[in-house]
Amino acid sequence: MDATTLAVPKVAMDRPADRRARSAPSPTTEPAWVRRLLIGVALGFMTLFLFVPLAAVFVEALKKGFGVYLAAITEPDALSAIKLTLLAAAISLPMNLVFGVAAAWAIAKFDFRGKNVLLTLIDLPFSVSPVIAGLIYVLVFGLQGWLGEWLRDHDLKVIFAVPGIVLATVFVTFPFVARELIPLMQAQGQDQEEAARVLGASGWQMFLRVTLPNVKWALMYGVILCNARAMGEFGAVSVVSGHIRGQTNTMPLHIEILYNEYQFAAAFAVASLLAGLALVTLALKYVVERRVASARSEAV
Amino acid sequence: MLPGFDLALGFTLTYLCLIVLIPLSAVFLKTFTLTWPNFWEAVTSPRVIASYRLTFGASLAAALINAVFGLIVAWVLVRYRFPGRRVVDALVDLPFALPTAVAGIALTALYASNGWIGRWLEPLGLKVAFTPLGVFVALTFIGLPFVVRTVQPVLEDVQRELEEVAATLGATRWQTIHRVLFPIVLPALVTGFALAFARALGEYGSVVFIAGNMPMISEITPLLIITKLEQYDYAGATAIAVVMLVASFALLLAINMLQTWARRRAGGV
Repeated sequence: MDATTLAVPKVAMDRPADRRARSAPSPTTEPAWVRRLLIGVALGFMTLFLFVPLAAVFVEALKKGFGVYLAAITEPDALSAIKLTLLAAAISLPMNLVFGVAAAWAIAKFDFRGKNVLLTLIDLPFSVSPVIAGLIYVLVFGLQGWLGEWLRDHDLKVIFAVPGIVLATVFVTFPFVARELIPLMQAQGQDQEEAARVLGASGWQMFLRVTLPNVKWALMYGVILCNARAMGEFGAVSVVSGHIRGQTNTMPLHIEILYNEYQFAAAFAVASLLAGLALVTLALKYVVERRVASARSEAV
Repeated sequence: MLPGFDLALGFTLTYLCLIVLIPLSAVFLKTFTLTWPNFWEAVTSPRVIASYRLTFGASLAAALINAVFGLIVAWVLVRYRFPGRRVVDALVDLPFALPTAVAGIALTALYASNGWIGRWLEPLGLKVAFTPLGVFVALTFIGLPFVVRTVQPVLEDVQRELEEVAATLGATRWQTIHRVLFPIVLPALVTGFALAFARALGEYGSVVFIAGNMPMISEITPLLIITKLEQYDYAGATAIAVVMLVASFALLLAINMLQTWARRRAGGV
């Protein structure tokens, strides 16, 4: 900030002291009524847009009683949707984890040309609409796509099958781990790793005993965010799934089907599981965030 | 010199190409199968234009509302102490964590004419669910954390001495806020606005439930891509996708430039 913005004391300095004391008790905070008003506006806005929708999920889920709720989340189609959601997350998470560590290692510990371009490209999936994320795999693996005929001749199915769902999930969660690790590892520098090497550690020893413990909370943070998005993804998965009940429906897609069939209580019952996951995610995130912040401040 | 550079970079580039770059290039290559007039017709037909208008308009309105209220939320969370502040702070990220389909059906249930909120708005002549207004509500929901989370750290870093200096120089509180604090926060606020806007443009899950999806009225562009795909009009779907991709990449570029600007301002005190 430059000096010109500060150098504008246009206020009359000869105001009576008593008036001043009455209207502004402390010069660096706002009057109590302004504070209360702003807190009220902020909480009101958040209640209307965040808390009420969240509460609505649970209320609607239990509207028809606990029996209906339980039946909705244990019927075979719901269970198969839950299984597929867990499977998609269980495959995409390790893939993006390995990628995130590799990308962070290369970017944070070494200098090379085009690093900024690489950073932008890693973030690219976040700025692509989920629908387009699904579309690109249809264009590659779909029947009319680049590999469509080859896949058909070899009796392989990617689109409207589980591999497509996994691919779409990998795409939308692609940057999460990498973007948490890169800034932290950049701040930590390479001194500790170099010391380990000088002391005779092998590459893997150095990585497992020095690098990994240093970044474990950031890694965890990335994995938590990645998992939440992987289990909740709707748009991208919807394009490649084909919506075959009991086979290619993930939880969000199952919710959509139930909702469109006017089975509202059942739709909200399955939705409440994902809302619960979201709350657990936020709680974990809150705990881990502080560890990451302390790791980062130690590194600086 | 540390080991593993070739392996790490090699793996990173291979994975990036296989998962992101090659499939993404398919969108652009597919549109080359269209002639220019065909492409132009696909991306400028009245129904498509109506969807751009709704998507951009509602996204812009939602991002603006979020800029205003997000700034207030960030300010309140950083500056004031009140019971439950930490819980509220943690819940700001709810739209990031809550699956979009869940948000979509919850908002629809609330704003439907018999819903908790809808039943109060209906007598006022306000219909939200299944109208363009519903699209705006859903996009406001998903955009809030972007503004709060970009403004919050900047507000936390503001040196309180600046405000004290301004006060000693005789500035009123309002002058301090508007001439000292606001210029510091502005780059972050604009960045948060742009991020919320960019996210809203591509949003699908939370919108399709509440929008009603009537062609020409409440149909967003991402939905139009899916509709075309379901009609096996791959070229048409891809052409619209290219328009959206170009718009998002332009925004991404703008956001990067904004962040550079913000860093330079923060660094050049």
